[in-house]
Amino acid sequence: MIEWMLHLPGIIVVIPLVMAIIVALLPSRLGWLGAVLGSGLSFWAAIVLVMHMLEATAMTRISYYLGGWPPPWGIEFAVDHATTLVIVTITALGFLSTLSGNTLIFKDIHDEDKGRFFAAWLLTLGGLLGLVMTADAFNLFVFFEISSLASVTLVAMGSGRDKRALVAAFNYLVIGAIGATFYVIGVGFCYAMTGTLNMVDMAARLPDVANPVPVYIGLAFMVSGVMVKAAVFPVHFWLPPSYGYAPMAVTSLLAAIATKASLYVLIRILMTIFGGIADIPLLIMQWVLMPLALMAILLGTILAIYEKDAKFMLAHSSVAQIGYIVLGFGVATMAGVQSGFIHIANHAMIKGGMFIGLGGLAMAVAGKTDFSSLAGLGRRMPLTSSGFLICGLSLIGVPLTAGFISKFYLVSAIISAGYWQIAAIVLLSSALSVIYLWRLVETLWFSPANESETRLPEQPMIYLPLWVLAGANIWLGIDAGLITGLAKMASITLFGGIS
Amino acid sequence: MTDLLLSHWNYFIVVLLMMIGLFILISSMNLVKKLIGLSLFQTSVFLFYISLGKINGGTAPIIMKSGHDGHSSHEILYSNPLPHVLILTAIVVGVATTALGLALVLRIKASFDSIEEDDILLAKRELRKRSKSS
Repeated sequence: MIEWMLHLPGIIVVIPLVMAIIVALLPSRLGWLGAVLGSGLSFWAAIVLVMHMLEATAMTRISYYLGGWPPPWGIEFAVDHATTLVIVTITALGFLSTLSGNTLIFKDIHDEDKGRFFAAWLLTLGGLLGLVMTADAFNLFVFFEISSLASVTLVAMGSGRDKRALVAAFNYLVIGAIGATFYVIGVGFCYAMTGTLNMVDMAARLPDVANPVPVYIGLAFMVSGVMVKAAVFPVHFWLPPSYGYAPMAVTSLLAAIATKASLYVLIRILMTIFGGIADIPLLIMQWVLMPLALMAILLGTILAIYEKDAKFMLAHSSVAQIGYIVLGFGVATMAGVQSGFIHIANHAMIKGGMFIGLGGLAMAVAGKTDFSSLAGLGRRMPLTSSGFLICGLSLIGVPLTAGFISKFYLVSAIISAGYWQIAAIVLLSSALSVIYLWRLVETLWFSPANESETRLPEQPMIYLPLWVLAGANIWLGIDAGLITGLAKMASITLFGGIS
Repeated sequence: MTDLLLSHWNYFIVVLLMMIGLFILISSMNLVKKLIGLSLFQTSVFLFYISLGKINGGTAPIIMKSGHDGHSSHEILYSNPLPHVLILTAIVVGVATTALGLALVLRIKASFDSIEEDDILLAKRELRKRSKSS
C-alpha cells in the first residue's frame, strides 16, 4: 500500500466537508460545480480504497486515527470488508444525484441560494460518509447530527413549492434529535461500564462487565435511537412527508443514501460492538427487528398502493424496502446479513434512479407529481421514462434486474433459516408492489395525455445519470458477482466478531 | 431506598428531567414548547454524562506538579475529564438543533400564521382538500 493511500479513509469524509465550506463562500453559480467536484473526488477515493480492499485478505482492517492519537484514546476511522460496499454505494449515488441535482432543483431553489443549498448537500453527504467510516461511538453521534441537521435544511427548502415542507422538516428535526439523544444515552451506559468509546475496544471489554444490566439498557437505547434514524417501522413516520415535500433533487439524494448509512450503523452496533455478548444481539435481531421489518414491508406496500401522488408513493415504498433490508439482518444468519447488504446497494440504485427519473418527468409538468399531472408523460418523454421503468422493474424484483438478486438472496436466506411463512410474506408483498408500480405504468403510458401528444424536451443531465443507474440495475442483475461478493465479505467480517 | 436516593440524587434528577422533557415534547401543541421540551431532554443527558465523570473527592483534571502541597502527583484523585469534553460537543450540537428548530418555527409562523400544531393540521387538511378538488 502506498503511503498516501493510508489517508484515504480520512480523505473520503473530509473532501465533502471541506468542499461544503468552500462552496458556501464561493459565488452561488459555482455551487453545483463545487458539489460535483466534492462528491466526485470522494467517489474516486472510495473506488481506489475498494480496489485495494478487493486485493486484501479477508480480515484486513485499515485503521486511520485522527490527530495522531492512536486508538483507543483517539478517534479512529476504520475500513474493513463490512465498510467497503456501503462506502462505495453512498459515494456513487451521492455523485450521481449531485450530477442531476442542478437540473432537478428546477425552480425549487433561487439562484442566489444555490451556493448554500449545495453546501448543505455536501454536509449531508460528508456526515453520512463519516457515519459509516467512524469507529468511535460518540463520534458517530456527531456525524448523525451533522447529516441530519443538514438534511433537515434541505427538506425545508421544499417550502417554495409547498409550505407543508416546513412542518415535515420540523418533525424530521425533532424526531431525529430524539433518536440521536437516545443513542447518546445508550453510549453513556456502555461508556460507564467499559470506560472506552472506541467500538472495537468496547466490544472487547463488554463481555467482561460484571453486571450486564446497564449494558443491556445501553444496547436498547442505542438500537432504538438508530432505528429512528434508519426509519425502521414503527419510527418511520417522519420519512414519507420528508421525502414527499422535499425538493425533488433532495429526495433523490436522501432516498438513495440517507437511511442506508443508518442501517449499516444498526448492524454494526449489533454485531461489532455487542457481538461478543452471547445471544442478546441475535435475540434482538430475531424478535425485534424481524417482526418490525415484516410490519414495515406490509404497511409500506399497502400505503403505497393507496397513494395518489407518485413521489409519496415511492416514499412509502422506501419504508417497505428498508423493511426488506432489516428483514435480511433480522434473519441473523450469514446469508441473511449478506442479503441485507446486497439490498442496501441495490435499493440505493433503484430508488436513486426512480426519484431522478420521476423528477425528470415532473419537470415537464411544472414539478407536479400527482398521477393526474403525470398522465401520458411516458410516451412523450421516452428516454427518461424507460430508464425510470427499468428501475421500477428492479424494484419489484423482475428477473435480470438487480432487484431480483436482492429478493432471491433474501428469500433463500429466510428459507434456509427455516422461516418459510416469512418467505411467503415477502413474496406476497413483492406481488403487491406490482400493483402500485402498475398504476404508475398505466398513468405514464396508457392514460391520455393532458394536452398534446408531442414529444417533450428531455434533459441530458437527468437521463444520463438515470441510464447509468438503469444500466447498473441490469448489469448487476445479470452479473451480480461484484455486489454479492462484497456483501458476502461484509457478512463474514461481521460474523468474525461473533465466532 | 433513601440511601440510594441520597447517594445517587443526581441520577434521579436526570431521569426526572428526561421524563419532563419528553412529556413536554409529546404533549404540547405549541412548536416552541416542543423545542423547549427537546432542549430539556437533551440537557438531562448532558447531566447524566457529567455525573458519570465525577469521582467522589476528585479534583479538576489539571495535572499538578508533584510535591505541590505535600502530595505527589500520583496521590491526587482527578475527575474524569472525557465525559465533560464529550458534553461540550453535545451542547454545541444541541444549540445547533435548537437554532435550526427555531428558524423553522419562524418560517412556519410566516407561512401558516400559527405555531400551534392543531391550527397547522387544519391548514394542512385544507390544502389537501383543495388539491383534491382541483
